[in-house]
Amino acid sequence: MRLIVTDRDGKVHELEARDGWRAMEVIRDANLPLTAECGGACACATCHVYVDEAWAAKLAPAEKQEIEMLDFGVAVEENSRLSCQIIISAELDGLKVTLAPESL
Amino acid sequence: MTANAVPAGGQHKTDVAVIGAGPIALFAVFELGLLDLKTHLIDILDRPGGQCAELYPEKPIYDIPGLVEVSGQGLTDRLMDQIKPFNPTFHFSQMAEALEKTADGWRVTTDAGTIIEARVVVVAAGGGSFTPKKPPIPGIEAYENGSVFYAVRKMERFRDKIVVIAGGGDSALDWTLNLQPIAKKILLVHHRDGFRAAPDSVNKMRALVADGKLEFHIASIKSLAGAGDKLDAIMLNNKERGDYRVEAEMLLPFFGLTMKLGPVANFGIGLHENLIPVDTEKFESNVPSIFAIGDINTYPGKLKLILSGFHEGALMAQQAFRYCRPDEKLRFQYTTSSTSLQKKLGVA
Repeated sequence: MRLIVTDRDGKVHELEARDGWRAMEVIRDANLPLTAECGGACACATCHVYVDEAWAAKLAPAEKQEIEMLDFGVAVEENSRLSCQIIISAELDGLKVTLAPESL
Repeated sequence: MTANAVPAGGQHKTDVAVIGAGPIALFAVFELGLLDLKTHLIDILDRPGGQCAELYPEKPIYDIPGLVEVSGQGLTDRLMDQIKPFNPTFHFSQMAEALEKTADGWRVTTDAGTIIEARVVVVAAGGGSFTPKKPPIPGIEAYENGSVFYAVRKMERFRDKIVVIAGGGDSALDWTLNLQPIAKKILLVHHRDGFRAAPDSVNKMRALVADGKLEFHIASIKSLAGAGDKLDAIMLNNKERGDYRVEAEMLLPFFGLTMKLGPVANFGIGLHENLIPVDTEKFESNVPSIFAIGDINTYPGKLKLILSGFHEGALMAQQAFRYCRPDEKLRFQYTTSSTSLQKKLGVA
């Protein structure tokens, strides 16, 4: 399975994704710059990504905790998600996300 | 709240200065205490616990040996109980800003003017100091401390000003409510029509909007306009209106905290990708008598786990003893059997 990640310089990375992993873990494992401060506890909003429009509807909707945590994300847009809350599965093979800007 | 938190600005002498007061720093106090070494701890937060207290106080942790389930706050509370016999001194709401060599150790100076002289320094700073998140708006840094503030220290500064408050948490709403009576005008900008804040604050904020005393914009901030550090206007954007301009003299972004390495980077300690490389025998940095334990260190096989940090603290303490008590013989003892350790713990 693949996770396609555009970094903050616009470079596209095709990552090997694994079933059941969090998208955040796939991105971090590839050493792309993602702070992911709290380690996947949905407690910090520093694994923030933008989801490609074509894929947005295929993701499980954000739960209350993620929606509230995004209040502490910087540069949040309508297609913002926390990548620690995106669980990779066969349906998401080829998912495209872009790393959101981080706090200065 | 804490046993021994002292006011900023004093001058102190101790065996070990610990930078950080998270779980690893707290347990290091225990291991150092068993060896009769006195500790002072410095933390940017106003309470002990570090990430456990700030990021996930209520989240359960399941991989602390012997504790089937404990919350971040619960673990902090237990560690504080455990180190009570050693009565460490805490310097809260301060950041270790400078480190200088002295004749017999180190002098740590904080941003609040506190000076701690110690034989040994232990950096247990996790991911660094918690600092306010700064939204990546182009050019925002030019306005910082003139028109853009990440905390309110003097409310008077905002009197009769047009103030834009960005965010949707308790800080954003509290300051909206506190500044509304004195500001010329307040605009609250948040990306959704919902808040992660006390319901009472949300109700008060909505009442002000209904009375025309507060403007609420569901929008994002795109750019800033002004001259020097004086803001004139902010460009907002949302689906309905696209880009639009609002007059603004002050901007207060409230997006919570994030960890930044901060001044530790200037202490002259060897760094690798913002982490401090250490050996795995003593957890000492490349500078003798400066140690690094917990999330801030790196070595082959490092795992960022609380339990690893506890181990690192125990080994660090052995070497710290050798620096602090060069003329004494280190006696390795168990708390189960040593009367002298039990006396230190107040149980014998």
